[in-house]
Amino acid sequence: MKASGPRHNYRHKPEHVVSHMEVNKTRVEGRVKTYFQRHLQVLMSCLGQLYRAPISNLLTVLVIAISLSLPALLLVALDNARSLVVGWDENAEISLFLDPSLTHSDGERLKEQLLEWRELSGVRYLSAQQSLLDFKAYSGFGEVLELLDENPLPAVIVLTPGDSAPAAVAPLLERLQQLPEVELAQLDLEWLNKIYAMMDVAERAAWVLGVLLAIAVLLIVGNTVRVSIQQRRTEIEVCKLVGGTNSFIRRPFLYMGIIQGAIGGLLAIILVSSALFLLNGPIAQLATLYQSNFELLGMGFLFSLLLLLSSMALGWFGSLFTVSYYIREIEPS
Amino acid sequence: MIRFNKAGKRYPGGFQALENISFHLKKGEMSFLTGHSGAGKSTLLKLISAIEPPTGGQVLVNGYDLNKIRAGKIPYFRREIGIIFQDYKLLYDRTVFDNVALPLIVSGTSFRDVGSRVRAALGKVGLSGREKASPIVLSGGEQQRVSIARAIVHHPPLLLADEPTGNLDPDLARDIMNLFSEMNQLGMTTLIASHDWGLIGRMGKRILHLEEGRLQDPDQEWQR
Repeated sequence: MKASGPRHNYRHKPEHVVSHMEVNKTRVEGRVKTYFQRHLQVLMSCLGQLYRAPISNLLTVLVIAISLSLPALLLVALDNARSLVVGWDENAEISLFLDPSLTHSDGERLKEQLLEWRELSGVRYLSAQQSLLDFKAYSGFGEVLELLDENPLPAVIVLTPGDSAPAAVAPLLERLQQLPEVELAQLDLEWLNKIYAMMDVAERAAWVLGVLLAIAVLLIVGNTVRVSIQQRRTEIEVCKLVGGTNSFIRRPFLYMGIIQGAIGGLLAIILVSSALFLLNGPIAQLATLYQSNFELLGMGFLFSLLLLLSSMALGWFGSLFTVSYYIREIEPS
Repeated sequence: MIRFNKAGKRYPGGFQALENISFHLKKGEMSFLTGHSGAGKSTLLKLISAIEPPTGGQVLVNGYDLNKIRAGKIPYFRREIGIIFQDYKLLYDRTVFDNVALPLIVSGTSFRDVGSRVRAALGKVGLSGREKASPIVLSGGEQQRVSIARAIVHHPPLLLADEPTGNLDPDLARDIMNLFSEMNQLGMTTLIASHDWGLIGRMGKRILHLEEGRLQDPDQEWQR
């Protein structure tokens, strides 16, 4: 074998005859370009690997998708429940039971006063007579009242608060109770509060479930990467021998984690959307039965994006932890 | 280029693989490392390539103090060494081109340079035109030449070889040795571990002889 080409001194690379500034600039540009080319190359080779070993990767991706779609579905369901309750909130009314000694005109006057209050969006006056009629009509105890000489019911002013959140209603109720004409100001907050508390519990449960399943995703990605590292032991060893840094060796595995996370996340979005699509019909029918125009809310773009990004981040982390641990183990010998 | 100063290597468990090794290999020098199997040739090469740390004395290679080198520096240290193994250590799921390109890829060489340098290295070892082949289809001698191309593609100032001709027939072995001598003439400091006495003797180079982990006074006894 003959040496081909000119002999050079290997320690020195030939310099172009340009100014230092230009050399530096082109060098930096070249480095940046090379850097991105390397990343692109790693990305492509990872996609190639996915293509060549679809089954094992498919399993990982499916586990990720299912793990993420469960808490996502729960959160979407909660979102819907909240939108439904917000609707109920608006119907919350405060009943002012007036002092029975007040006359009809006293009641009307109070109603006029209350109409000035900005916190109230609706004021309706029911005289004692009207209350009696309503009671007879709706309660089914009308005959009992026939036995009484007098009308036992007081006049009532029914108020609709402008803001029905519990925090806004409570002080309003307090103020109404202070009015001299009012015997009792009542809002049935209890059941609403219970629903809010239940939803808080459900939301917390969804997050706990989410965290647990996120850990499961970390573990499954970590395990896939671990297997992949064992299979590519020789490659890692040779890379270390020719001067590959740990971050260089780590890179394809990190890409693998991110890609699996991305595909898993996309699948999760598809799973959740299909589940919502399947539920949409029956729910619309149920709503019609309740004379409600409730419509099932979808995941929304932001939530989907968040799901996808967190899935990718989980893939990356799962891979990073595993690869950082095992890469130190594999040394050339 | 390589300086050992009373260096030793004791493995965990107490086996003393190398003891009190002192020698100096000057820049541009070519030398052979001989000894029976188990005499410590491979261990010595592992110390030089920072695969194993010395457990005593001092080892200086290419300006690095290998007693003190940080793990993070080792990759950069290895980029200035070309290492050749008896078992080639090629990646069989990649083409010849990709195998040879690896040292350039890890150091971030631009794509344009990678192509021309890989072809130049393959040309030097006489494998022009085999870039697209898989190493599996190549003969042992050809595989060893691929591994040499990989070791020289990034123009390292130091070339190490561990029994590079161990699996080759005499004609091929001579070719490979000539190739090393050629690389040495191009400026690479070269250290080759081998027990092919006949072949080494004919090369007329300095010989370091290991005997049970100790360096025998070399130059007279084993040189022609």
